[in-house]
Amino acid sequence: MGANSEKTKRVLSHAEPLVRLAKRSDMPASKAWAIRVASIVAALAIGAVLIVALGHNPFSVYADMVKGSFFTKTSRVETIKIAIPLLGAALAITPAFKMKFWNIGAEGQILAGAIAATYVALFWIDKMPRPVLILVMFIAGAAAGGIWGVIPALFKAKWGINETLFTLMFNYIVLGFVRYLQNGPWRAPASSFPQIAMIGFQSRLPKVFGVHIGWIIILAITVAMFFYLKYAKQGYEISVVGESVKTAQYAGMNVGWIIIRTMFISGAIAGIAGFLIVSGEDFTLSESTAGGVGFTAITVAWLSRLNPFVMVFISMFLATLSKGSNTIQTNFKIPASAAEVLTGIILFCMLGCEFFINYKLIFRHRKGDEAGV
Amino acid sequence: MADELNAIKLVDITKSFGNVVANNRISLDVRKGEILALLGENGSGKTTLMNILSGIYFPDGGRIYVSGREVTIRSPKEAFELGIGMIHQHFKLIDVLTAAENIVLGLPGSVGINRKALFAEIKELASRYGFEIDTGKKIYDMSVSEKQTVEIIKVLYRGADILILDEPTAVLTPQETEKLFNVLRNMKADGKAIIIITHKLNEVLAVSDRVSILRKGESVGTVDTAKTTQQELTDLMVGRRVSLEIDRPQPDENAVECLKIVDLTCKSPEGHRVLDSVSFSLYSGEILGIAGIAGSGQRELCESIAGLYPVHGGAILCRVQSQDGDYRENIVGMKPTEIIKRGVAMAFVPEDRLGMGLVASMDMTDNMMLKSYRSGKGIFTDRKTPRAMAENLIKRLDIVTPGVSTPVRLLSGGNVQKVLVGREIASSPSVLVVAYPVRGLDINSSYTIYDLLNEQKKKGVAVLFIGEDLDVLMELCDRVMVLCGGRVTGIVDPKSTTKEQIGLLMAGAGSGKAASS
Repeated sequence: MGANSEKTKRVLSHAEPLVRLAKRSDMPASKAWAIRVASIVAALAIGAVLIVALGHNPFSVYADMVKGSFFTKTSRVETIKIAIPLLGAALAITPAFKMKFWNIGAEGQILAGAIAATYVALFWIDKMPRPVLILVMFIAGAAAGGIWGVIPALFKAKWGINETLFTLMFNYIVLGFVRYLQNGPWRAPASSFPQIAMIGFQSRLPKVFGVHIGWIIILAITVAMFFYLKYAKQGYEISVVGESVKTAQYAGMNVGWIIIRTMFISGAIAGIAGFLIVSGEDFTLSESTAGGVGFTAITVAWLSRLNPFVMVFISMFLATLSKGSNTIQTNFKIPASAAEVLTGIILFCMLGCEFFINYKLIFRHRKGDEAGV
Repeated sequence: MADELNAIKLVDITKSFGNVVANNRISLDVRKGEILALLGENGSGKTTLMNILSGIYFPDGGRIYVSGREVTIRSPKEAFELGIGMIHQHFKLIDVLTAAENIVLGLPGSVGINRKALFAEIKELASRYGFEIDTGKKIYDMSVSEKQTVEIIKVLYRGADILILDEPTAVLTPQETEKLFNVLRNMKADGKAIIIITHKLNEVLAVSDRVSILRKGESVGTVDTAKTTQQELTDLMVGRRVSLEIDRPQPDENAVECLKIVDLTCKSPEGHRVLDSVSFSLYSGEILGIAGIAGSGQRELCESIAGLYPVHGGAILCRVQSQDGDYRENIVGMKPTEIIKRGVAMAFVPEDRLGMGLVASMDMTDNMMLKSYRSGKGIFTDRKTPRAMAENLIKRLDIVTPGVSTPVRLLSGGNVQKVLVGREIASSPSVLVVAYPVRGLDINSSYTIYDLLNEQKKKGVAVLFIGEDLDVLMELCDRVMVLCGGRVTGIVDPKSTTKEQIGLLMAGAGSGKAASS
C-alpha cells in the first residue's frame, strides 16, 4: 500500500486535460449550415491575409474572381464548361459512395469513356449521320466507362478485394493507354508533336444558349440520380448495402450483383462525362482530358453530402474558384501557385468545419463551475 | 479526509454525452475487503461510471477518492497506478500468445522474460485465490472461463487492489459462475475491494456484501445484501413494483411438426465444425428454448435455418401449407428470397439487431420494407404500406419514438427490439426464430417481448428461442435444448429439470465426449 500512496501523490499533480472532445448529435440542421457558411467566410478572411501579403487589395481581388467568372458571356460559358464534367464525375461516384464502395477511379472511367467516344469520332465519322454518330459516341462512352468500373466491382464482389487501391491503380493503366495511343496508333500524322487529331465537326456536340448541350444531359442525370437513390428499389438496395452488408443479406439481397450493377452505373456516368469533354469541349483526346476532375469530384460529392441537387451548386462554386483564379493571375499577376493556395484554403475550411459540426470542444474549467458546459 | 477504510469513494460524479446525462451526481463507496454489486438496468449508467473509474472517460464533475485521497484519473494507465483494475465484458487478450505472455504484456521490465520465475509467480498468485490456470496454454485454445481467469490474473499481477468486473457471469455456466464467486470471496478475504456489475439478481444476493442501485443515471440507494430480497432490488431498480413471474401458457394440443432438422452440420470458414449432426423437431404452438454457453453454435443454427449460413450436411425440412395439403420443403442451400418464394413462412429476429435485422440509419418506414421492398410493380418503391405498418406498430407495441421518420438507431434498445420483433411478427410466420431477444433490454421491455412471444405461441406459431439467462429459459420455454460445442447434449423438460442439470449439459456432459473439433 505504501508504494501505492506514492503513486497516488504523483497522479494528484496531474490536472484535468486542457481540451477534451465530445461527440455531438444534437446540432440542428440550420446551425450546421450556419457553421458551413461561417467556414467560407473564415476561408475568405484567411485568404485575404495571403492577398495582403502579396501586396494587393483583397476586396478587389475577390471581386475580380467573381467578375471574371460571370460578368461576360464568354466567362460564364467558360465557368459552366468547367462545371459540367465536374458535376458529371461527382454524380458518377455518388451511388458508389452511397454504397460505401470507395470508387476513386472516376478519373480512369472518364478517360475510358473518352477513348471510346474518340474512337467512334475518329474512325466511324463517315459511316453515319451526325445525330446517330453523337448518340453512338454517347453509348460507347457510357459502356466503356461502365466496363472500366465493373472490373474492380467484380473482384470486390467475388473475392472481397479492396476497391480503393484497385480503382486508383486502374486510373494509371488507362492513362498509360492514352499515352500509348497518342504516341503510337492514333498519333496525328501531320503533327510534329505527339498528339491525336482533332475530331471532325460532325462529332461535336451542338450548342444550346452558347454552351454545348452537355449541360442539359448532366442536369437530366442530376434529377434522375436524385430520384433513383431516393425512391427506386435499386436505390434502396444501395443504401442498405452501404449501411450493412449483413443486413442486406438478411433481407435476401444479392449483394455481389448490387455492387456490380451500381459500379456499372457509376462508371457509365463517368464515361458520359468523358464523352462530354471530348465531344463538347476539347474536341480531342489527350493525357489531360480528365485533368484531375475525377479526384476533385470526390470533394464535390463529399461537400454535397451525396445530394445531387447540392452538387450542382458545389460544382459551380469550384468552377468559379478555378476560373476566378485564372482571372486574378492575369489581372493582378498573382502567381498560379498563390491562386491554388487560395483555393486550397477555401476547401480546407469547408471540409474542416465538418469537425465542428460533429464534435464539440470542452476546455478545462475551474472547480466550482461544474454545472456549466 | 475520508476514512482509510474506503478503497474508493465517489462523490457527485456527473457525466453527460450530448444531451444525455449518463451519470447525474452519483456517489458511492467501496470498502476494503468488500464485494459491492452495482445493479441497474441497461442505460442506467453503470458502465459509464466504471469507465470513469478506470480512466476511459473523464467526468464532467465530481470527486474521486482512492484510499481517502482525492485523485484525478485521466487514462487507464493512471487508473492502474492507483491500483484500479477493470475486467471488461469483452476480453482484451491476444489469441496467439500464452496465458503468461498475456499477463506480462505491456509491463516494463527487461527485454528477456524469465519464464520459470514468471510461471512460478503466476502459479503462486493463482493458488492464493483458488484459480486454476495453465500458464503455457495459448489463448485460442482456451474456453471463455479460462480466458476470464487470465484477465483477472493479469489485473492482479499488476498489483490491483480494486477490481471492477463488468457482467462477468454472462458467458459462464452455473458451475463456472460458482467457481468465480469462490475466487472473488478469497480475494475479498485478502482485503481487495471488488465491484461487480450485473443485472442478475440471484447472483447479487449470492456474492455481494452490499448493493448499490442506479436508475436512469442516478443512484437510488445502497442496501445491505443480507437485509434485502430479489423483489426489493427489482423495485428499486425499476422504480416501481413489477411482477417477476413469466407466463407459460399450455402448449398446443394438436401440435404439428413445423420444422424438422436432421443431422445438420455446418463448418466455419476455418473448417471447424460449428454445428455437428444437430437433429430436433419444432412443433406449432410451443416455445423451444436453446441453452448453451455463448459460441456453442447458436448463431450458426439460427442463420443456417434462415438461409444465411452455408450448410455442410443434413436437412432443414419446413412445413409448407398449400391448397393441395401440407408438404415439406428442404430449404438447405436456398437463399432467403428463395425460401420465401417457396412459401415457407419463417421470420427471424437476429442477435445483432442494428447490424443485421435493421438498418440503423434508416427510419422505421424504410426498415419496415426491408424484406418486402420488392413487392409492387415498377422500379420505384411503395412507401405508403410500410409507413402505415410503422404507424400501426408504434400504436400496438407502445414504441417510444418521435415519429416514423426518426432513424431507428436513435431509439432505445427496447424500442429497437420492438420495431424488429414487430416487423417479423407482422409477416405472420409459422416458424419464428428469435436470437437473444432480450439482450440489453430493461425489465419492462423484456416482459413485453416475452408476452409477444407467448401471444405468437398461442396463435400456433412454432417459436425457437435462443436465450442466455437460464432462469428465463426455464420459465418461458416448453422444452429446452442444450448445445455444447455445436452438438445437442440434451433436450429436457424445464419443469422437471434443475438448473444444475442443464449446467452440466452446457458443459458437455451427456454427449459421451465433449465436442471440440
